[in-house]
Amino acid sequence: MANETNHTEKSWIEKVPNKGWLAISIIAALIFWTILSYIPATARSFPNVFLVVESIQIMIERGVFFKDIQSSLISVTAGFGLGFTFALPVAILMAWYRPVQYIIEPWIQFVRNIPPLAYVPLVVISAGVGRTPQIIVITIATFLIMSITIYQGVKNIDPTLVKAARVLGAGDKDIFLRVIAPASLPFIITAVRLGTAVALTSLIAAESTGASAGLGMRIRALNNTFESSPMLLYIIIIGIIGLILDKLVRMLEGKLTGWQEKNEG
Amino acid sequence: MAGKERGIKVKIDKVKKVFESRSGQVVALNGVDLEIKENEFVTVVGPSGCGKSTLLNIIAGLTKPTSGQVLCDGQIIKGTGTERGVVFQQYALFPWLTVKGNVEFGLKIKGVEAKKCKEIALKYLKMVELENFVDHYPKELSGGMKQRVAIARAYAVNPSVLLMDEPFGALDAQTRTQLQEELLQTWAEEQKTCFFITHDVDEAIILGQRVVIMSARPGRISEIVDVNIPYPRNQETKMTKEFLEVKNYIWSKVYKEYLEVRK
Repeated sequence: MANETNHTEKSWIEKVPNKGWLAISIIAALIFWTILSYIPATARSFPNVFLVVESIQIMIERGVFFKDIQSSLISVTAGFGLGFTFALPVAILMAWYRPVQYIIEPWIQFVRNIPPLAYVPLVVISAGVGRTPQIIVITIATFLIMSITIYQGVKNIDPTLVKAARVLGAGDKDIFLRVIAPASLPFIITAVRLGTAVALTSLIAAESTGASAGLGMRIRALNNTFESSPMLLYIIIIGIIGLILDKLVRMLEGKLTGWQEKNEG
Repeated sequence: MAGKERGIKVKIDKVKKVFESRSGQVVALNGVDLEIKENEFVTVVGPSGCGKSTLLNIIAGLTKPTSGQVLCDGQIIKGTGTERGVVFQQYALFPWLTVKGNVEFGLKIKGVEAKKCKEIALKYLKMVELENFVDHYPKELSGGMKQRVAIARAYAVNPSVLLMDEPFGALDAQTRTQLQEELLQTWAEEQKTCFFITHDVDEAIILGQRVVIMSARPGRISEIVDVNIPYPRNQETKMTKEFLEVKNYIWSKVYKEYLEVRK
């Protein structure tokens, strides 16, 4: 395009490829980690890399490693799925009918600020222990963030697009299917991305409901025996799952909403 | 319509529009009367706040007048209709549709079959010289190209009245001049009644057969000036004595309106 810069001297920052920077970043983190593992004040929380990798074997031998990952993924998927299923229609209703917005939105904003951990005991009182309360907690947390995100997006759809559709003969149904739905897609995808992140961050809270397996539940259980290597391992696994989910959503975003105008950089 | 050369296409009859705001009532339009003839090109100039966009929205059927009415082909306008096309200043292209998809939008709603849709879309994209950008998305186009797509999209549903709300206002001077000439050309080829709002007096004169001057507070028509310069008009027309005379006259009137608004 016209505003491309001249190919004069590239600075050294651009000479290193992106993959190179990623490698440098990982090496820096490993060095930092190793330093922490030697400093007496932090050594007990940060066992070195080898001990942590070794603990994969330990957890597999205990027969919990894959069970924990599987259990957490089931809770996250089910909770997120339900959260999304409720969030989408509620968000659209709020954007469409102002009374619905006036009644519901303040409460969504109110509950959103409460950490899930706070209402977990209440959920357990009614839903008992096991899978159900885990899913309920994640459903609530993801519903709150996703309904607000989608609602704000739909509310901010450019009204001239609706006008343009009307003068081209569109009725209410056409407006909804051919304008509101596609125009909302970017916000829906943003909501999905935020929702997956919240699903993971509320996992620990969700699994404090007397779960029998799960990444969050295991971290708490390991806490009782001060086994920091597998704890750190599980924390890193949650982070990796988060990264993978984020990448997946971004791929989806590129496919579905590549038409969006984006600011460079 | 006996006794007249051309029929009345749009009749604006004592239109008044009052907006309720928190600080009270705002009279956007107060008793506007105007008759636009079939295939006539009418341009509207006036200071901001004179209600020219509100008037266009009322003709389009996007806004209801507080009192009075607008008739199109003798029928009272109650809502939008595809016989009245609109081109907006902000282009208002659907960013998720390609250039072709945008032009086909109205046709698909009408239920025109896919093959015919494509044919019509291509015809109008050729008209605006964008036949090589059929599969591009709006984000890949310049402002001038976007507005060309919007014009093709409005033409595609074949309206008999074309309402344009400062369509070239956001474009640079050269692109604007080019689009003005293209618009005159298409108007000559496909006769349509044009109602064109602008804040550019030159643009109003070069395009219009009549220039409607509006004043603000409350919005009303203060004068209608006939532009008796034969078509085809182009850039050179802007140097002619006739053009400059009309321009001087309209400018003196409009300038007065701007000063009024400033007060």
